[in-house]
Amino acid sequence: MTWLADILDLLSWLALMAGGFCVFSGGLGLLRFPDFFSRMHAAGVMDTLGAGLILLGLLFQVEDWLVAVKLLLILAFIGLTSPTASHALAKSAIHGGLRPLLGEQLKADGGKD
Amino acid sequence: MFIAVTLAILLTMLLVLIRAFFGPTLYDRILAVNMFGTKTVLLIAVLGFLMGRPEFLDIALVYALINFIAIIGLLRYFEYNQGQLPRNSEPTCTDDSP
Repeated sequence: MTWLADILDLLSWLALMAGGFCVFSGGLGLLRFPDFFSRMHAAGVMDTLGAGLILLGLLFQVEDWLVAVKLLLILAFIGLTSPTASHALAKSAIHGGLRPLLGEQLKADGGKD
Repeated sequence: MFIAVTLAILLTMLLVLIRAFFGPTLYDRILAVNMFGTKTVLLIAVLGFLMGRPEFLDIALVYALINFIAIIGLLRYFEYNQGQLPRNSEPTCTDDSP
């Protein structure tokens, strides 16, 4: 049975590394992208792929079924709340008067900030 | 490997904090705070496994709930203005309170 544990460890390692990469690239995008709505796109990458892959990688490491249930609960909860929060944020930004940068405006404004 | 993921999450939290400090608009800051909360949930979960105490997951679960409620509450408040009240008027929340 030791090969099964090795395979699970490898899968866990791969998922954790991919999740760490997604989280870091999302953070970089959140810092570097030119306007608010493209920053929301980077935040979406962090929330879905980053959190999902890291929690999946942790799920391969559990020994107790209660811990697995808690991990799945966190995963389901992030999957439910993250789109809701993103939708509310975009809606309130549009209502608050923020508009996406488009076309020439984006080219003119893309280099700074 | 848990240490590598922890470092990646901590570095990302630093980047998100920089965006929260320098965010040009209010919504950038709210987005950064939301992402900071999600990263805190992940950090607590990974730290629990790193220290061999998966009981930390309870705290992560509660933190995810609180973060969501806080963000929705903030957005309800800031939906139609960026925090400025109309001149010479009281805050509307005191009008209909008994």
